[in-house]
Amino acid sequence: MRAKRTGWPATLALELWLPVVLVIVWWFASSASTSVYFPPLSSILTSFAHDWLDPVGLAKNLVPSLQLLALGYSLALVSGIVVGTVLGLVGGLERATRPLLETLRAIPGVALLPIFIVLFGIDVQMKLLLIAFGSFWPVLLNTIDGVRGIEPLLLDVSRVFRVGRVRRLVSIILPGASPQIFAGARTALAISLIIMVVSETVGGNGGVGYFLLAAQRNFAISSMWGAILALGILGYLLNIVFRIIERMVLRWHRLQQARLESHS
Amino acid sequence: MTTTTGEATLAARGLGHAYGGRAVLADIDFEVERGKFVCIVGPSGVGKTTLLRCLAGLQRSSSGSVSLSGREMTEPLPGVALVFQDYSRSLMPWSSVVHNVELPLRANGASRGAARTEALRALALVGLDEVAAGMYPWQLSGGMQQRVAIARALAYRPTLLLMDEPFASVDAYTRADLEDLMLRLQRELQLTVILVTHDIDEAVYLSDQVIALNGRPATVAEIVDVPLGADRDQVATKSTPEFAELRARVHGLIRGSRGTTS
Repeated sequence: MRAKRTGWPATLALELWLPVVLVIVWWFASSASTSVYFPPLSSILTSFAHDWLDPVGLAKNLVPSLQLLALGYSLALVSGIVVGTVLGLVGGLERATRPLLETLRAIPGVALLPIFIVLFGIDVQMKLLLIAFGSFWPVLLNTIDGVRGIEPLLLDVSRVFRVGRVRRLVSIILPGASPQIFAGARTALAISLIIMVVSETVGGNGGVGYFLLAAQRNFAISSMWGAILALGILGYLLNIVFRIIERMVLRWHRLQQARLESHS
Repeated sequence: MTTTTGEATLAARGLGHAYGGRAVLADIDFEVERGKFVCIVGPSGVGKTTLLRCLAGLQRSSSGSVSLSGREMTEPLPGVALVFQDYSRSLMPWSSVVHNVELPLRANGASRGAARTEALRALALVGLDEVAAGMYPWQLSGGMQQRVAIARALAYRPTLLLMDEPFASVDAYTRADLEDLMLRLQRELQLTVILVTHDIDEAVYLSDQVIALNGRPATVAEIVDVPLGADRDQVATKSTPEFAELRARVHGLIRGSRGTTS
């Protein structure tokens, strides 16, 4: 917990040293490589710059993926929070559906790709629905737990002071469940990214997954490695954005937990 | 249900409650007049909290009724505020102090600006300034947090203020401070207060009337008038022979029934 006291330059250094070391090692170890499958890092980076750093490539390869991800993930978040809140508030309904939900949740989202293709075709709406379906479950189950875990005394307070349904939802239930909703949303983000890549390998809507498969089929191995690198960086950046939002929204929770820890 | 005495703010009539066949309250009868400070005192586990929840309309009693100004209390009625023992759980940890106090105001139609003004006024009444108003409740000491809960109840401008062991979780000095704060506020704002406690000294010190509970299931042993006057002092009042006598009397009422079985 001592690391919490350090400033952001130290944090940045702490997070970056290992990737930097690995890239340097990779650079020198692969510089003389003649293997088709493991090209030198220099050629991977050239492909990476060509495919991912110029506006044309970006618009064709990354923008469709980001749109898909944003829509699918948002759909999962909204539906997961709405349905989770309802199930969390209606105790009997939650108990009656729990086994079903746990079963559905256990099915990996990508395993449903074939059936989704049959049902919805190979176009963008199928991918969107698959992402939404796959990442819906962690949001749903965490929201249910969060809502059910609301301090009962606060619900008494809201009844005594005659707080209406909408205000109770906005001022008490959702904030109270927010730490768990965020935990679910974080898991859902990782799932969304996986399903996005896999779903893009079918159909021809562009995107990172499509690009990756096309590169492999065309034997453009440097481009394939470049795409993998791009995915890694994308995942990392998404996680940073998520953490920033979480830190802002759950500021109270973080500070309160820190205080509880320091007092124990 | 009609109340004959016009002055009664709250009336409990033949109130009884049972959990799964086990009676905890039986035949509770009392009235609380407007502007009075009344303490309900009884040993721990006697069903005081159940009684208070029935008085607040949070819980339906198994038998009998509670009425507020003649209206039967089947759900929380407007004008009833409640302060819980556990301030750390009854305040919203994600909202600032002032937002916590604003909640009942906003919920009952006050505009943003009016709620803010009222909330700050209520906080000032309990001795909390604008700096404290901007903090999270858990950044304050226990006593200060309970002041926030009291301010939230005051902001609601209650016709009846219910308090469930409100000072049981703070240290002795803070407790004395909060007791005196409540006495002052009750006089200044002419509040009608029903406070539940297991502490006989506290009950006698604060009350105009003490409702002593005893027995299992609990029932009203006696309603004791406390003629100690309006001005009270932690040291002076508690050293008077009248105080000692009342204290002994209430003690006897509560203990007298300890051995009886129902």
